[in-house]
Amino acid sequence: MAAYFLRRIGYGVITLLGVLLLLFVLFFAVTDPDDIARKAVGERARPEVYAQWKTNHGYDKPLIINTGATGAGRFTDTLLAEHYRRMLTFDFGRSDADDSPISRRLREGALPSLGITVPLFVMGLVVSVAVALFVAFFRETYIDRVVLVLCMLTMSVAGLLYIIAGQYLVGQLLRWFPISGFDPNPAVVARFLALPVLVGVLSGFGADTRFYRTIFLEEIGRDYVRTARAKGCGDARVMVRHVLRNALIPILTNVVVQIPFLFTGALLLESFFGIPGLGALTVEAIQGNDFSTLRTMVYLGALLFIAGQILTDISYALADPRVRLG
Amino acid sequence: MHWVSDILVVLLASAAVGVCRYVSGDRFWRENATELWRRRPFAIAIVGAYLLIALMDSISWVDPASDANALTSGKPRTIIDRLFVPETFTEASYSAPLASVAFYGGQPLLHPGAHLLGTDLLGRDVVYRTLKGVRVALLIGGLTSLVVIPIALLFGVSAGYFGRRIDDAVFFAMTVLASVPTLLLLIALIMVLGKGTVQVCVALGVTGWVHFCRIARGETLKLRETDFIAAARALGVRDGTIIRRHILPNIAHLVIITFALSFTALVLSETILSYLGIGLDGSWGQMIDQARNELSRTPVIWWNLTGASIALFTLVLAVNMIADAMRDVIDPRTRREG
Repeated sequence: MAAYFLRRIGYGVITLLGVLLLLFVLFFAVTDPDDIARKAVGERARPEVYAQWKTNHGYDKPLIINTGATGAGRFTDTLLAEHYRRMLTFDFGRSDADDSPISRRLREGALPSLGITVPLFVMGLVVSVAVALFVAFFRETYIDRVVLVLCMLTMSVAGLLYIIAGQYLVGQLLRWFPISGFDPNPAVVARFLALPVLVGVLSGFGADTRFYRTIFLEEIGRDYVRTARAKGCGDARVMVRHVLRNALIPILTNVVVQIPFLFTGALLLESFFGIPGLGALTVEAIQGNDFSTLRTMVYLGALLFIAGQILTDISYALADPRVRLG
Repeated sequence: MHWVSDILVVLLASAAVGVCRYVSGDRFWRENATELWRRRPFAIAIVGAYLLIALMDSISWVDPASDANALTSGKPRTIIDRLFVPETFTEASYSAPLASVAFYGGQPLLHPGAHLLGTDLLGRDVVYRTLKGVRVALLIGGLTSLVVIPIALLFGVSAGYFGRRIDDAVFFAMTVLASVPTLLLLIALIMVLGKGTVQVCVALGVTGWVHFCRIARGETLKLRETDFIAAARALGVRDGTIIRRHILPNIAHLVIITFALSFTALVLSETILSYLGIGLDGSWGQMIDQARNELSRTPVIWWNLTGASIALFTLVLAVNMIADAMRDVIDPRTRREG
């Protein structure tokens, strides 16, 4: 068991090193650091301002091999080594756009992001699992068909349209909630979060419900369900006590992967509804050509994904004895 | 350079004819295609109509120099352009559907009652812009998939079939790419590569091939252990022939279903890119994005948003329905008489 976990974590570390290499190729080799510097200080800046900016933001070294240095410095005093060292020690430096320290912006954005992603995640999960269980209970009836058609319809609408339509209908016509904004005060924050959470749940509803329904239907076809029926279990009891409990394993694996992403926030929802979280920070970085912030967000996203995968595999091994023994 | 897209269209069309001939020649595919047509005639007809519009918008030619109209001469124009003549079929600014006066100010329009879905901020006809978006959408979804599938198949099948070193390398590349959240990777790629149709398609391709590759690899791994592959090997059939004759036909159905599903995902994700300002010019995503602020005006300007949204929704819904039906038809476990 311990050997399995160690091997799994070891592979995660190797993957992370690979991701860092990918990021290096994208953000340093393909994008010329000179271009980034020129965009940041302006085309007609004096050469010393330009050089100073490059030094401040860590773009002033050679890419892979430093011909000016001697000994080990040839390989360690380069952008590649620096990139690995800084990312692995979580030293993210300053934003390319406005010079603010990235780690401070990350700390500030984490809480608003969690404020929207956690309710969204919990509500989305509860709603789609409940509906999927309900539909699986009434499988092959008109209720099943109607819900499936609804899922298909909601899946075919662009996420952007949900946000625009939600803001218009609920915020502007009905005036139930504010259209956008955020207030960290816990007494009023719910008013600001209600609409984005509602929109988010609706846009994920179709795909999730269909997915969970498939899982339930697969479990319903198993032998233990027939055994439960044969011993006289009622339909409802079979669904809740037997099918739901066994379906929890595949549901779990689907859910645990998503947990780390709660920290990176919701890109579109945050920037549309004016929530100052990490998703909004990313959108700002894209629009402001802020490569260092974007790089950090991509790295954190990958790091959290790999962590989520390891968590999933471990929880899977703990929940399912076949994996543990196999 | 307009003839490049013409050649591309001819190539795609002949490829489509070739696929059709193959489908009608093979009993398995012919029966499945008939069954699919029987189950989803409307969805298939809708996708066909979209394809036709995109085709009409892809073939362009320059009129001879004797063309009297100074606005249109010398420029390659497609059939759709010729139907609408966008150079003259415009107004000053917004006008409501079928209106005879301008939306603001109330001046009489140049073409009263002719704009079925009104005009946008710059006075362009919304129906025309919506129809122009068809080609962009099919380009994003279709062309990207057509480039990605062969590459993904090459890597996935060889990883699954040959195993060992090749498998390790491909699997590592897949894990690394899959570790980066798709949307973030997409954005990073487009920011690094720059905006533009080719760049966006490349970025979508890089993020999209992993999914295909994983499916192809997994299925090939399963097939490699089957008896008929072992028999072929025992008879001395070469690896290349085994892959071509025995493995590829057996994963083709999965590829088609994945293609249909990834098509809708690609078209939908373009709207997000448009919102972020890195989408394709003339796409529905851009129309929806531009229409964002129009809803907060009074009276509401709804036709721009409606045109693009309905076109997008209909296409995605039709493809989703076909994909679903295709899965049911091809997979014998779920195939039921219905």
